[in-house]
Amino acid sequence: MTPFYTATDHLVLLPAIMLAFFGCAILLLDHWAPDIMALFRAANPKDRKWLLPVFVLPGIAFTAYTLWRQQSYLAASGATDIQAFQGSLVIDGFSLFFNWIFLIASLIVAIVSYRYLDIEGEHHGEYYGLILLANSGMFFLAAGSDLVTLFIGLELMALCFYVMVGFLRGDRRSNEAAMKYLILGAFSSGFLLYGFSILYGIGGSTKLAAISEAMAARELDDPVLWLALITTAVGLLFKISAAPFHMWAPDAYEGAPTTVTAYLSVASKAASFAFLLRIFLGPFAASREVWEPILAAIAVLTMTVGNFAAISQTNVKRLLAYSSISHAGYMLLGLVAGNETGLQGISVYILVYTFMNLGAFLVIVALRRGNLIGDEIEDLAGLMRRSPGMAMLMLVFLVSLAGIPPTAGFLGKFYIFLALIETGHYVLAVIATLYVAVAIYYYFRMVRTMFLDPSAEQEPLAGSFGLRLAGVSAGVLTLAIGDYPEPFLRLAQTSILR
Amino acid sequence: MAGFLVSLLLIGRFDRGDGGFQLIERVEWIPAIGAKYLIGIDGISLLLVLLTTLMGFVAILSSWSSVTERVKEYYAMFLLQQTGMIGVFVALDALLFYVFWEAMLIPMYFIIGIWGGPRKLYAAIKFFLYTMAGSVLMLVAILTLYLQHFDQTGFYSFEIADLLSATCRWGSSVGCSGDSSSGSPSRCRCSPFHTWLPDAHVEAPTAGSVILAGVLLKMGTYGFIRFSLPLLPQASIDAVIVQAMIALSIVAILYGAFVSLMQQDWKKLVAYSSVSHLGFCTLGIFALNPNGLAGSVIQQVNHGISTGMLFLIVGVIYERRHTREIAAYGGLAHVMPKYAVVFAFAMLSSAGLPLLNGFVGEFTILQGAFETNPLWAALAVPGVVLGAAYLLWLYQRTMLGQVTRSENLRLPDLNLREMAVFLPLIAWAIWIGVYPKPYFEILEKPVARIVERVQPGYFAARPAAEDPLPGLNAVQEAPLP
Repeated sequence: MTPFYTATDHLVLLPAIMLAFFGCAILLLDHWAPDIMALFRAANPKDRKWLLPVFVLPGIAFTAYTLWRQQSYLAASGATDIQAFQGSLVIDGFSLFFNWIFLIASLIVAIVSYRYLDIEGEHHGEYYGLILLANSGMFFLAAGSDLVTLFIGLELMALCFYVMVGFLRGDRRSNEAAMKYLILGAFSSGFLLYGFSILYGIGGSTKLAAISEAMAARELDDPVLWLALITTAVGLLFKISAAPFHMWAPDAYEGAPTTVTAYLSVASKAASFAFLLRIFLGPFAASREVWEPILAAIAVLTMTVGNFAAISQTNVKRLLAYSSISHAGYMLLGLVAGNETGLQGISVYILVYTFMNLGAFLVIVALRRGNLIGDEIEDLAGLMRRSPGMAMLMLVFLVSLAGIPPTAGFLGKFYIFLALIETGHYVLAVIATLYVAVAIYYYFRMVRTMFLDPSAEQEPLAGSFGLRLAGVSAGVLTLAIGDYPEPFLRLAQTSILR
Repeated sequence: MAGFLVSLLLIGRFDRGDGGFQLIERVEWIPAIGAKYLIGIDGISLLLVLLTTLMGFVAILSSWSSVTERVKEYYAMFLLQQTGMIGVFVALDALLFYVFWEAMLIPMYFIIGIWGGPRKLYAAIKFFLYTMAGSVLMLVAILTLYLQHFDQTGFYSFEIADLLSATCRWGSSVGCSGDSSSGSPSRCRCSPFHTWLPDAHVEAPTAGSVILAGVLLKMGTYGFIRFSLPLLPQASIDAVIVQAMIALSIVAILYGAFVSLMQQDWKKLVAYSSVSHLGFCTLGIFALNPNGLAGSVIQQVNHGISTGMLFLIVGVIYERRHTREIAAYGGLAHVMPKYAVVFAFAMLSSAGLPLLNGFVGEFTILQGAFETNPLWAALAVPGVVLGAAYLLWLYQRTMLGQVTRSENLRLPDLNLREMAVFLPLIAWAIWIGVYPKPYFEILEKPVARIVERVQPGYFAARPAAEDPLPGLNAVQEAPLP
């Protein structure tokens, strides 16, 4: 009998433990926060800013250290992966790559949040706890190789997000968004679970490896296989907000606090993609013939819906929600191509998408002040005069989102196109490239408003130091990946799921 | 401005006798996908780089008084755009070419969008979308070639010289040329891809129009010469494609000319006239012989000079009167004699009067087209006649006769700075017109290489193989003492 909890298990699980530990510590200590503040004779006992340096940053630092340990251990062992808990968790290049992305996203979002929450008047300790706990859930999505582990990770992440989306208790939009997200999310989890139960029936095990073998042994026209495939795919596609399961995204993105929208659009999407890749390249790998055309159609539909719906939006957060739907379509195309370039392309795409999309939302966060929500396109008017630094940053992010060289966004799209052509999907490649031109229209509507329209407001933006730092780092990385992509490509190379 | 002076040094270091690429600089950029920072020039790009820097110099000088707001940003955008354009002409790596090609769009968007005319926002986004849609398709074509090269040789490279060594399968090469030829014309505005042009040109500030007309659309024709022809030789001699391109060119020539005749707006007239002139350039390219190609390159330079001058002329008068209605002018020659002389030069060079640059280009192109198919030349010739017609008529309506409006009586003539803008252009126009031989010498080798690539055995099959420009030299010798 194998030992219950080995040293390897410990090493593999440690990042999740760290995140959960600090997350729970915040939740617990926040209750006594006024007493603690009184002990230090703080002027404002309701102030929660101190949680950030005391818990969040050390929590993320410790997690980063454990991830780094894992990475060096993996490199030293020379193996492609390390199994733990009898194959429920796995450490490989794929999980490490994604976990770094989640961690960086959490760090950036936590740093920019404190000012924003103050302005919203909803500065509570739980917020930071939820960020860390959600990140802990994402860890399992990237590293899980067992249906139950994956599902628990998904629910942990999703539950945190349901709460965070509705964090503005006094705001109707936020409440509505949380409700919609919760109901539709629960619905899709139901589908997913149904699919999982069939997969368990097929494989007789919850381990992905065992299910993969059982699936490969089945005929392609087996109705049970189809049923498992379709129900699972519906649940997964909902999570990455692919059309026609994208309905929740615009509402949730618009209603949620902007920092949460940023987190939701980047980390949650990356985690869901990691989940999707684990399933599609694991148990479903053998039935590629069945799902490839379906996914291709869904990807095209996703890009169509995302791009065309974005054109008519007047709310920046809604617009970015639709644009992120269309980005999901591009990433799916990488999976449709399915060769090494395509998978590397998805990794590159998610990496650059993290920075450029976070960056774009950061600028929107910076616009929030006093009684101005700052999420209408008109609120961007004349930004170039009011705050040239922010306007230039936003320009970089939008150009990158549009996929124009020499920014990082081009590289992501470049890889997707390359993979599509390599595998002979010429029509898809042409469609995907033409949608780039459509996307330019709505991204540059924002650019136009920022640079060309006169502004109603004259005051400069009230960005905090953390926000500026995060914005500039994201901007520099967006340009750096675009201009000198070599190290990032090597990084993405290691992340391919084999 | 220093940029132009530096570029003059290029001429000195350029060795005319060598047909290959020179002054090559090579740095590994993205080894993982075989992309390099590889730049160099041959005769074709030398001329176009010189044109770019001269036009930049002239355009900046001309915006001295017309750009009064956000001056700092304007010049920053302008120089960024110059960087992109020169990059396009010198890049020898397909990915680098594409990056420069796209990167230069953003400054142009701002130049039109911020400093343009009344409908600038519409024009800016339309310009951007059309050119972008074309160029992403070109990206697909580049990637296809790149992958075929990989299939055949086993290593990844975007270097044009490497891509040349890959032989394209016929079917896919047709697809690629379809892609790339829908990419390039949308920039060089063959009809029916030209609809962004009047908007962009008319709404752009003067310097923007000069750059658009003078340089930017050359990128489309340059794309044909550098990429479409050498990389896709089978597709390039495919009868259907050639006929289609020729038909598009001729339609562009005639359509542009007819629409120009109808224009009430001075700037729009010039804009449509450049559709017509660009039709000659593509006609020359797809004549697929040395005369056509060399003539096309010369004509591209010519078009930059003459249309650039025409736009500057419109800009000068617009700055003084703030209207571009042709009907608002008349008899300006009495009020502004120097201006009238400059305009006459620009108009005649654009109309292709012998001894000025336009003649050399158009004549060579028509000669090339005639060699391949006399019918093409015959169909294109009316374009020259119409060109003379609408330009002369424009001149007559604005410059000659009595002064019709009292406002026009007090218009100041060209000042010293404005003369400084026009003089280098006029000088260059006369030089090309009177003594074009150095230009043809620069172009001889690179053009011969391209023709050899597209039609192997072209030179061997003809008695005049020693002299790839047989007819030309006779023509050029004539005006010499």
